[in-house]
Amino acid sequence: MVLHINIDKIRMVVIEEVIEETPSVKTFVFDDMLSSNAKPGQFLMVWIPRAEELPMSVMISKKKNHASITIRKHGFGSTSLFEKKQNDLIGVRGPYGNYFSLSKNVKRPLLVGGGTGLVPLMRLTTLFSKMQEKCTIIMGAQTHKEVLFKGLAEDILSKIRTNIIVTTEDGSYGIKGVVTDALKYILKKEKFDMIYTCGPELMMVGIYNLSVAHSIPIQASLERYMKCGIGICASCCINDKLVCKDGTVFNENQLSEMSEFGKVFRDKSGRPSYY
Amino acid sequence: MKNNSSSTPTPTPTTTTNIKSTYNNSSSTMLSIDLAGIHLRNPLLLGSGFLGISQQVFNRLYNDGLGAIVSKSISVSPLDGYKGPTVVSLGEKGYLNAVGLANPGSDAFAHEIMKNQIPLIVSIVGSSQSDFPKLIRKFDKLNILGYEINLSCPHVAKMGMEVGDDPDLVTKIIKTLKSKTKKPVIIKVGIGNIDVLKLAMIIKESGADAITAINTIRAMAINVETGMPILSNKVGGLSGIPLKSIGVRCVYEISKKIDIPVIGCGGIFTWEDAIEYFLAGATAIELGSVIGYTGLKAFNQIKLGITEYLQKKDCKNIKEIVGLAHKY
Repeated sequence: MVLHINIDKIRMVVIEEVIEETPSVKTFVFDDMLSSNAKPGQFLMVWIPRAEELPMSVMISKKKNHASITIRKHGFGSTSLFEKKQNDLIGVRGPYGNYFSLSKNVKRPLLVGGGTGLVPLMRLTTLFSKMQEKCTIIMGAQTHKEVLFKGLAEDILSKIRTNIIVTTEDGSYGIKGVVTDALKYILKKEKFDMIYTCGPELMMVGIYNLSVAHSIPIQASLERYMKCGIGICASCCINDKLVCKDGTVFNENQLSEMSEFGKVFRDKSGRPSYY
Repeated sequence: MKNNSSSTPTPTPTTTTNIKSTYNNSSSTMLSIDLAGIHLRNPLLLGSGFLGISQQVFNRLYNDGLGAIVSKSISVSPLDGYKGPTVVSLGEKGYLNAVGLANPGSDAFAHEIMKNQIPLIVSIVGSSQSDFPKLIRKFDKLNILGYEINLSCPHVAKMGMEVGDDPDLVTKIIKTLKSKTKKPVIIKVGIGNIDVLKLAMIIKESGADAITAINTIRAMAINVETGMPILSNKVGGLSGIPLKSIGVRCVYEISKKIDIPVIGCGGIFTWEDAIEYFLAGATAIELGSVIGYTGLKAFNQIKLGITEYLQKKDCKNIKEIVGLAHKY
């Protein structure tokens, strides 16, 4: 039997578990098969009833047919989600967008993520197997307390040769600095055949520039202000691309043609704003 | 139909954007139309409100097959719009939206389209008569085809429908606009408190060049598990398939009684939907919700279906079927 589900309709889900990842980041686990089967880089539109609707990358869950979302409290919408408790209801629609692709030729992937940008990268690591010779992850945080998913990545990749590098801006853990500092260093020593990245756009611009300098293909999952998630509002446009439909993941050829990458985004009114 | 050839943009050669010409196929003359003095390569327009803020996205939509683009409704000052959710899918190809007329405002949008070279109609919206001359001043010297006036947005106080429901204000706005611009002025109507036919008569008598019918209709959706309205604004506008038969009826009634070109709008998802609007009397059509369902490939799919229908019916041009249903 084929089930035809309209992924655009809101599905109400119960928050079954709240994981306090860091003082400012929580993960909310819920039962939803469509989200559970999301590909790395795909996102949900998450309805926080009578507060906001936010685009959120789909986080993994250990439970069968479950998925989760990971939120950092920041503005009004994210804080209203952050304050949700176990058994509260939220709505989800999607998953939307394209995703990271993992071809057989990728033997030595390098994943670079900042903050909650690590969410799609965690989902990507679940696809790694013995096919990969070695998996390297660079994860950035502001300070030790805000380091996200290090233990989780170690668990997922326990059977694969793995190198996890953590950078903190204040030097309280790992390497002092930002992810690009660690990236510059490791690119001098090791060879990689694909870079996967997600995080703040200016961080990704730095990573993209290094990938070009070292001739390593890259896939970047972009984040933009989104209203519809279904390609009709253009709030998320970057040049002539719609991040929600054409992305969220773009490769080096597409990024090279995006003059607005790391420079211009649209605010709520649609006016160009500058990083 | 008024001749307003001065408003047709002069094609200027460029090296800055790649705008494909799609005139070099046999269906080009079959679909070309004249609308209020504007010549268009085909009668498919982007409905206002959809994807309407970025010149680069406009260029892409034109390359994907549209005859013209109608921008988001632009107000004098920028508007952030409402919080999310601003769009709700109802399933069955129906949508609700209450975006709140979010738009970059006239300064930023005039800057955005400064180098425009595609057939672009600027949708404008105002809360008072005095807003409209200000808007015309911003856009009239730019390379645009004309204006669509949003007198029918159903979910923003003192704008859109609240203006459209006041016949005296409608008359004043149209007369003001016509005295300030030589470009065509198209009025977008919806289902408000005044009968659409009565309003269309007033619009025609006030000197407008065309009517777009119809805008979304006030509607809402409540989530049954929480008991809460889904749209942050609670009430929004209904679009998509549920709107189609009402749109067809409005186009039929207006075009049968009033000698003014009508652009059909509301729930056009397939070529059959499009043909229905032309038979009802539409000179052109606007597409919107279908983009959320089918994506940008919808434009060429619908065009292909229209072309095949015209061939089957031995028609040389789409104009031949406009209003055919009136004779019954």
